[in-house]
Amino acid sequence: MSILHTVNKSPFEKNALSSCLGHTKSGDGVLLIEDAVYGALKGTKSSDQVEAAKSTVGLYVLGPDLAARGLAADRLLDGVTVVDYGGFVDLVAKYDTTQAWL
Amino acid sequence: MSEAAGGGATSKKFLYVNRKAPYGTIYALESLEVVLIGAAFEQDVSLAFIDDGVFQLSKGQSTDAIGVKNFSPTYRALGDYEVTKLYVEKESLDERGLTLDDLMDVTYEDEDDDYEEKPSIRVVSRSELADIMAGQDVILSF
Repeated sequence: MSILHTVNKSPFEKNALSSCLGHTKSGDGVLLIEDAVYGALKGTKSSDQVEAAKSTVGLYVLGPDLAARGLAADRLLDGVTVVDYGGFVDLVAKYDTTQAWL
Repeated sequence: MSEAAGGGATSKKFLYVNRKAPYGTIYALESLEVVLIGAAFEQDVSLAFIDDGVFQLSKGQSTDAIGVKNFSPTYRALGDYEVTKLYVEKESLDERGLTLDDLMDVTYEDEDDDYEEKPSIRVVSRSELADIMAGQDVILSF
């Protein structure tokens, strides 16, 4: 059973992203939305943990939430895929189930 | 506040502390609205941006695709309301991989210096910000 994990809280304010990454299994996906999009950035104190996860899980970030916050693609960690709302729906369909880390 | 409401000459030092990123929650917008209301009472107003609050000042915000108001241009209008002190914490920028170049240009015209345009954003250390907080009459947190 593969899981799509969604995270919507900033990694600097809450530990939701860190906790989520600690509970993923190989083949899962992690989609960063709303304030969690800051977790997709290079050069932050949470970058190493996200970088380490990409060998086993798919990492995605919602483009409209990046744009709202002025975050350009060149600031993202390598290996993170930007998706739009249609891509969000595709991910939900692709994985067996979804878990929202509120 | 009673002195100001009664037209007294004394103003109080107000500090608005911003600790949340914009758009994920309503705090950043609400803070800005209260700052603008407070500015009408001619108090000595400062803003502090710490933790995720530093993201409020990011350049290039565009909210078309998420269906909410982009309120970031309003920070650049604060100078017209004599809100000219925006303290941004250096440690919070560093933790988030940000520098002053990643933030919007916010300026004001200094009426005591031939209306020269000056930067409103001042990057300060955590300990300097502690001193700034210690010097306030009123602190409002968002």
